[in-house]
Amino acid sequence: MQVNYWNKEIETADRAEIEAIQLEKLQHIIKAAFKTPFYSRHFKKLGIKSPRDIKTFEDFRKLPLVSKEDLRRGYPNGFLAGENYDDVVRMHSSSGTTGIPTVIYWNREDLEAATDLVARCLTAAGCTRSDIFQNMMSYGLFTGGLGLHYGAERLGMMVIPIGGGNTIRQINTMRDFGTTTLHITPSYLMHLATAIKEHGIALETLSLKRAIVGAEPHTEETRRKLEEIFNIDCYNCYGLSEMNGPGLAFECVYKNGLHIWEDSYILEIIDPATGELLPDGETGEVVVTCLNRRAMPLMRYRTRDLAHVYTDMCQCGRTHRRLSRIKGRTDDMLIINGVNVFPSQIEEVIMKIPEVGTNYMIHLTKSGAIDRLTVKVEIYSKMFSGDPVELDILKDKISEELRASIYIHPRVQLHEPGILPTFEGKGKRVVDERGEF
Amino acid sequence: MQIKQISVFLENREGRLADVCELLGENNINIRALTIAETEAFGVLRTVVDKPNEAVRLITQKGFTANLTDVVAIEVDDRPGGLAAVLRSFVDADINVEYMYGFIEKSADKALMVFRFDDPKKAIELLKSHDFVVVSNSDIQSL
Repeated sequence: MQVNYWNKEIETADRAEIEAIQLEKLQHIIKAAFKTPFYSRHFKKLGIKSPRDIKTFEDFRKLPLVSKEDLRRGYPNGFLAGENYDDVVRMHSSSGTTGIPTVIYWNREDLEAATDLVARCLTAAGCTRSDIFQNMMSYGLFTGGLGLHYGAERLGMMVIPIGGGNTIRQINTMRDFGTTTLHITPSYLMHLATAIKEHGIALETLSLKRAIVGAEPHTEETRRKLEEIFNIDCYNCYGLSEMNGPGLAFECVYKNGLHIWEDSYILEIIDPATGELLPDGETGEVVVTCLNRRAMPLMRYRTRDLAHVYTDMCQCGRTHRRLSRIKGRTDDMLIINGVNVFPSQIEEVIMKIPEVGTNYMIHLTKSGAIDRLTVKVEIYSKMFSGDPVELDILKDKISEELRASIYIHPRVQLHEPGILPTFEGKGKRVVDERGEF
Repeated sequence: MQIKQISVFLENREGRLADVCELLGENNINIRALTIAETEAFGVLRTVVDKPNEAVRLITQKGFTANLTDVVAIEVDDRPGGLAAVLRSFVDADINVEYMYGFIEKSADKALMVFRFDDPKKAIELLKSHDFVVVSNSDIQSL
């Protein structure tokens, strides 16, 4: 397999070198943090008088864990290093649909460093300057759109900044310009499969080689399904606006976990209940420190995402550790009749079944005191034999396999492809109609 | 000789059957026979039309889930006991009928029936040996 590097020296550096870089960069971040209202207050409390007080990782772990609520409380500039926006060249913000938005600031060097990491990610996923990159993520305040745009340009690909939505135009653009690489959410890529078929376009007439699939967690089974349908490689990426958006962690061509760029981020996995650091291999909450953003330093940020770190080395030669797929979020866990269930567990089961199509929905209702789980799935047209008995058996099989995995017996509804809601951005596949407890 | 039956997956939603039939009508495709196999949550429409390949292409392009199945259409004497005679010959030859339904025909003293057999080859041989008339694709187009 062809393995390309963007910055081979850094990407293959040994652990001691990486840790030396981390501690050195940390000094600069702490220096910037002294200029923020949030950290200056905490440093005072902890008796930290200068960046030199944080020399080791042990010192570092005395720093407070920072939550999304802390960021919200600091809205709009409690984390800004400095009193004004003079050095700031860009801000991004969450939509704030679930509360006060969180805002992130970059100075020129910060953006430069973030862009460089995205180019590194894309190179790891096999992209080269010969590729045609169709960026189907929304631009604007969302970091995924502009972040990948700049990184792809830096790498030298031809970038088509088409943004999200308008499926017919997306397909025509792919065909007319020979798009090789998509940046897209898994939900929308699934929808695209149906749309391409509906328009009677043969996939072989497109030049697609790969898709960078991001902005929402998805399972390995979903990836396989997408790869099979399109006959391309799908690469998982992980980022969050608080950590510069994209460029935090990315899959290489071996697709075995996401390399987190440890020269630019410090990764910790903690027990979400106790805050205790967990060893590699154990699943816990991902906590990240950004080492390349000084306009708005953010250390030990609790992502709420649950994952684990791989303990083995990757065949690609990169030494930076790998993060597993996100298994769920500390806040998206469903409690169904007292049982903890992550939507990703349901997705994992149903996407393994070949007769299941590309889309599904999870519905929760209440029947008296009992929670009722209904899983709606679309059937896969290719597997339809015309026999209603087979479909009834399929329904039972899905229900039984879910019961074996999540210990809840769901009602399963089969739907025609293209009927369930499709998502051009992040999918919202859980509808909880149980009301307040 | 077997003919093509189209099976369409229909979820239990208002207007789905009408959608399929309209689509066929708009494209000048004539339905010759039709039945619906139902379960509590969805149905499977089974139909024989004059242009099956074109019909299945149009139907799937519209986003329906459909496939083609081989079935056998037989002329049955349109008189009391006509169908029973055919069925008895299957029983005697140990041939199973998976499902069957009636055919739309405007004239003549024959009724047409669609059969799906577990062993269509054996069934057709039997039908021929009994001089039952098996309907061909071209017969359906000219009906």
